[in-house]
Amino acid sequence: MAQLNMVQAINQALGDEMARDDRVVLLGEDVGRDGGVFRVTEGLLERFGSERVLDTPLSESGIVGAAIGMAAYGLRPVAEVQFMGFTYSAFEQLIAHAARLRSRSRGRFSCPLVVRTPYGGGIRAPELHEESTEALFCQSPGLKVVVPSGPYNAKGLLLAALRDPDPVLYLEPTRLYRMFREEVPESDYTLELGKARLAREGSAVTVIAWGSMLERVLKAVADYDAEVIDLLTLNPFDVEAVLASAGKTGRVVIVHEGARTGGFGAEIAATVAEEAMLFLRAPVLRVTAPDVPVPLAKLMDRYLPTSEQIKAALDQVLQY
Amino acid sequence: MPEEILASFTVKRLSILDENGKVDADLMPPFSDAEIGRMYEAMVLARTFDERAVALQREGRLGTYPPIRGQEAAQVGSALALSPAEWIFPSFREMGVHLTLGYPAAQLLQYWTGDERGQKAPERLNIFPFCVAVASQIPHAVGAALAVRYRRDPVAVVAYFGDGATSKGDFHEGFNMAGVFRLPLVFICQNNQWAISIPLKGQTASATLAQKAISYGFEGVQVDGNDPFAVYRATRQALEKARSGGGPTFIECLTYRMADHTTADDAGRYRSAEEVAHWRARDPILRLERFMAQRGLWSEQAGLEIKNRLTGIIDAAVREMEAIPPPAAAELFDTTVARLSPRQTAQRKG
Repeated sequence: MAQLNMVQAINQALGDEMARDDRVVLLGEDVGRDGGVFRVTEGLLERFGSERVLDTPLSESGIVGAAIGMAAYGLRPVAEVQFMGFTYSAFEQLIAHAARLRSRSRGRFSCPLVVRTPYGGGIRAPELHEESTEALFCQSPGLKVVVPSGPYNAKGLLLAALRDPDPVLYLEPTRLYRMFREEVPESDYTLELGKARLAREGSAVTVIAWGSMLERVLKAVADYDAEVIDLLTLNPFDVEAVLASAGKTGRVVIVHEGARTGGFGAEIAATVAEEAMLFLRAPVLRVTAPDVPVPLAKLMDRYLPTSEQIKAALDQVLQY
Repeated sequence: MPEEILASFTVKRLSILDENGKVDADLMPPFSDAEIGRMYEAMVLARTFDERAVALQREGRLGTYPPIRGQEAAQVGSALALSPAEWIFPSFREMGVHLTLGYPAAQLLQYWTGDERGQKAPERLNIFPFCVAVASQIPHAVGAALAVRYRRDPVAVVAYFGDGATSKGDFHEGFNMAGVFRLPLVFICQNNQWAISIPLKGQTASATLAQKAISYGFEGVQVDGNDPFAVYRATRQALEKARSGGGPTFIECLTYRMADHTTADDAGRYRSAEEVAHWRARDPILRLERFMAQRGLWSEQAGLEIKNRLTGIIDAAVREMEAIPPPAAAELFDTTVARLSPRQTAQRKG
């Protein structure tokens, strides 16, 4: 088995699926000759040709909208939006169309597409290059939102997304792209969408996180009897796994790097409050970014949740 | 160095049948009398459907409805040029296109009662659901055309939209990609000159909408949108060009929205009775009747018989629509996703 970083794992998943299924076509800005700004699609143009790897004009709404038409026609398009902050101009296409086409046409058309986009802070990039607004997309029934946290699950989740009959927004944590390597099987494997991963077993407290925060959480909890749940899919999220762990530990801390108000942590906290309150020994806490726009590099350390903040939340719930 | 002219352009307007029913014989498509009769009946069917839909709304039997009155030539003329294999991306004011292609009238009415099952296109037609978000269907057509090209299928893709759509970003993004990739597309704009209360001059400073295509590197043509022969000819040529690798075409059908924007609108608030009267005299159905009368293909009596027969068809469609049982509550869930999440499954049980 090869040791791959996340960029290599995603690249392998794309290449393997394109070789297996001629309906899979990539499109986006700079995805061809340049191999994408993060080199995630490197080598795929050479391998599959310009009919299957389309360098498009600078046109996020056009890219996602075109992917919808391709998907409805019978292809399996993979659209790359260069940074999550640029998905906003494609928001209408994702929310009003991709997520609703099956419903609007009462099943006559479907929209099996994947929109890949790098997200998250900590890469010293310009404005709108470090967003983490996944919650915006999670209130759209019909659109799956998937966030890998490492090379192994990045490949398995992407292969599952590529074979899913409905649209998937696949968020790639840029900070983790080349942070570490893992053993990634060359073989074909999928991880079921909507299923969380038990990243660490414990019994005193449950920490729920996803994507870029996973690595930070695992470091922070090293000296605690903490169970860590890696959601992997936010919409629909694994309610059963969350409730099972909350019932076991009685304490829940949610960590995400997006702003607090209306963040996806609120949905998890509400679910725990509705369905597991009788098991709780402490209030559900959230460790998140503050309610401010994502800053540039100089203030990023003040913005992203830190190891110290995570530990402080654990200490707080463990007092009960 | 002197300044140079790098680009200059002309915009063509196509018109075959004038207001008095006279045709330009050189440009007239080779229609048989029977084909002209079918075109006329399709336009009257669209008009009859529309009148009935408005009446049903007034009686509380239909929800808010956007009339097509005045746009029958643009809709029927273009739809008659299409083959059923074509992929069609409508806005929400193309019921005449649907009817001409054989989309069941009962199902169209069903949709406007507020029943989304009306948008499940029959398998024989590749027609997307109505698109209420103006212009956002244009990129979908571009994507379908990319897929057509990838699959080397011998079909073209058609997007319909109105004049208001040309002000939107998705018009630009879609047109731009269509030009860059030279796709098998036909863009049909029904320029009915009003986007609710905003007249064309409030929508664009361009002399024509057709000329916008030039900046994207493909042909744009304005046709008399109340002339079904001109619309048919332009659409047919554009489809042939698209299918044979010649790239996209933009057809601006200059027409007029004779009715309100929707049944919830009152156009008297923002446009003059004189303007409406001017266009009423240019009604596309009157014009075709004049032409047919001169050819001995139409008389008051024959027109009445056709109208009565088509009214019977719409009557039957209304009865059929009103006999459809209301959707079950589970309809809310069943086509949201291919496989419901555990939470959705629980919600479905209620």
